[in-house]
Amino acid sequence: MSAGALPFEPAKATPTRRRKLALPGALIAGLLILAFSLTLAFFPSLFAPFDPLKFDYKAILKPPSLAHPFGTDNFGRDMLSRTIHAYTLDMQIAFFATIVPMLAGTAIGTIVGYYGGLLETLFGRLVDGVITFPFIVLVIAIVAVLGPGLANMYVAIGLVGWVFYARLVAGEMKVQKRLDYADAGRVMGYGDMRIAFRHLLPNAVSPALVYWMTDMALCILLGTSLGYLGLGAQPPAAEWGVLIAGGKNFFTTAWWISIFPGIAIVLTGLGFSLLGNGLAELMKVKR
Amino acid sequence: MDTALGAPPLFAVDEITKTFRSRQSLWDRLRGQPLPIVRALNGVTLEVARGETLGIVGESGCGKSTLARCLVRLYDVDEGRIRFEGGDVSTLKGQARRQFNRRVQMIFQDPFGSLNPRMTVGQILGEALRVHRMRPAAEIALRMQELLDLVRLPPDSLDRRPHAFSGGQRQRIGIARALALEPDCLVADELVSALDVSVQAQVVNLLLDLQSQLDLTILFVAHDLRLVRHISHRVAVMYLGQVVEVAPAEALFSNPRHPYTRSLLQAVPSLDPTQRRAQAAVLGELPSPLAIPSGCAFHPRCPHAIDRCRQERPRLRRGQGSGEAACHLADSLPAWRNEAPA
Repeated sequence: MSAGALPFEPAKATPTRRRKLALPGALIAGLLILAFSLTLAFFPSLFAPFDPLKFDYKAILKPPSLAHPFGTDNFGRDMLSRTIHAYTLDMQIAFFATIVPMLAGTAIGTIVGYYGGLLETLFGRLVDGVITFPFIVLVIAIVAVLGPGLANMYVAIGLVGWVFYARLVAGEMKVQKRLDYADAGRVMGYGDMRIAFRHLLPNAVSPALVYWMTDMALCILLGTSLGYLGLGAQPPAAEWGVLIAGGKNFFTTAWWISIFPGIAIVLTGLGFSLLGNGLAELMKVKR
Repeated sequence: MDTALGAPPLFAVDEITKTFRSRQSLWDRLRGQPLPIVRALNGVTLEVARGETLGIVGESGCGKSTLARCLVRLYDVDEGRIRFEGGDVSTLKGQARRQFNRRVQMIFQDPFGSLNPRMTVGQILGEALRVHRMRPAAEIALRMQELLDLVRLPPDSLDRRPHAFSGGQRQRIGIARALALEPDCLVADELVSALDVSVQAQVVNLLLDLQSQLDLTILFVAHDLRLVRHISHRVAVMYLGQVVEVAPAEALFSNPRHPYTRSLLQAVPSLDPTQRRAQAAVLGELPSPLAIPSGCAFHPRCPHAIDRCRQERPRLRRGQGSGEAACHLADSLPAWRNEAPA
């Protein structure tokens, strides 16, 4: 039979088990930005043309030029080099300030959501207490008590941040534990910890992982805010908040000191947000 | 009391009750109203013989799923006892409970919710075999293939996740998971009610084949009377958390002795237009399990009710015929006309 005799194009035989791995666009964009940020963070010296801490009194407050693409500050330090070196510190903040709250909050949320009852009531009151205060105010208060500096900032964020992960995971665990596969695990004679962490948690953790990405962006903002206020990283360290604060007195005459670190913050924050969106898309589970 | 097969019972359920607390509005709480209590099981007595298939039927809300979940220890009973091979299992914990569940397994109603969507079939079966040390590590792969073969799933199913399977196939994965533990007893809660009729037959026939192959005892909880008649040796009818009649399947369907069983059978629609009925099979509405009627729970809806039914709760007892019925009037009811072929 010739194909021309048919009133329609014969459907091509589709291979039965071909799976197209379609990555969401947001995920790819986020990964590219993150790769860019991490490269600068791990190897700043390869890309920075100058020493970020070296004064140069012959080039004070120079506007952007070929020699200094991002200009220089009031001590003649090259802003491009300082912005690049700040990646190291700010990416560290993003990771280390969030990893402990993420892991601890997820574990606590798993237990709370699985057992429920009195534990959940107590936990609910604790969460209410914490979220009554704006996050930044609470962190600033803790830093003010412990004293300024990066280590204390990690402690402060850790003390508060786990609550949000725990709440997300606990809520999702409550949904999952009512499904039949949780009961199936119990009938199979599995222990509570196996059911909670091996069976339910993988189905309950994706909102927390997506939030982790957002949280890293928020922590960069928080870390730079604290740096700006003089409560986080301390000058002369290259950190975006410190850099912006250093330029604030010259903003009308030398805008470039504050603008370029600000753009770096926006770009990095955008990268994490895109990554979060892409992950959310990717982790939708098929039922 | 012996059972249909004359052997000592595998399960002996003795007057178990199970209640659930219901929600109460703030206003009712302030007025000091008692907390509303749903009486899901209200004194269930039942025996299951080794090797038999016992069908448990009843309308929605009669407690049949609660009974199934109590039997596999998903729920703790409030009162009464469940004995398995003579030993009380109603309060088993920890290792003893794990040993009990190795021998008494459950298959769930929802083919979509009962399998972990993130685990492959191989992980699901492998975990069961490893946790219970059913086979040495080297033989696990072989055993998983045997299990797939047993439930007639394709041999390449192991590395696929549940979403790649149809509803009927997923129920068979559920059966394979239960069989991995080589249980003596399977409790199937509405095993096929979520499936297409054509697939129902496949799954049910598979279950029957497995029963004769593996010498299983099966508790088949369902609301489909024809299906239950087809597969059960004996049938228990539940109403508002009680067993109102237990009898060998044929006896129950050809000569029901409890008025509720009769109305249930009459309610089965018939395709024969000459069997059109004008009269309703049962009076009134199903009472709320929050407020179960006194005496015989069925008396407000029963066309034969007398004063005694309103005061005294009838127990399951033998009468004429081969089954037991919980009705004061079981032996004096008018003869059953088999109007609706179930």
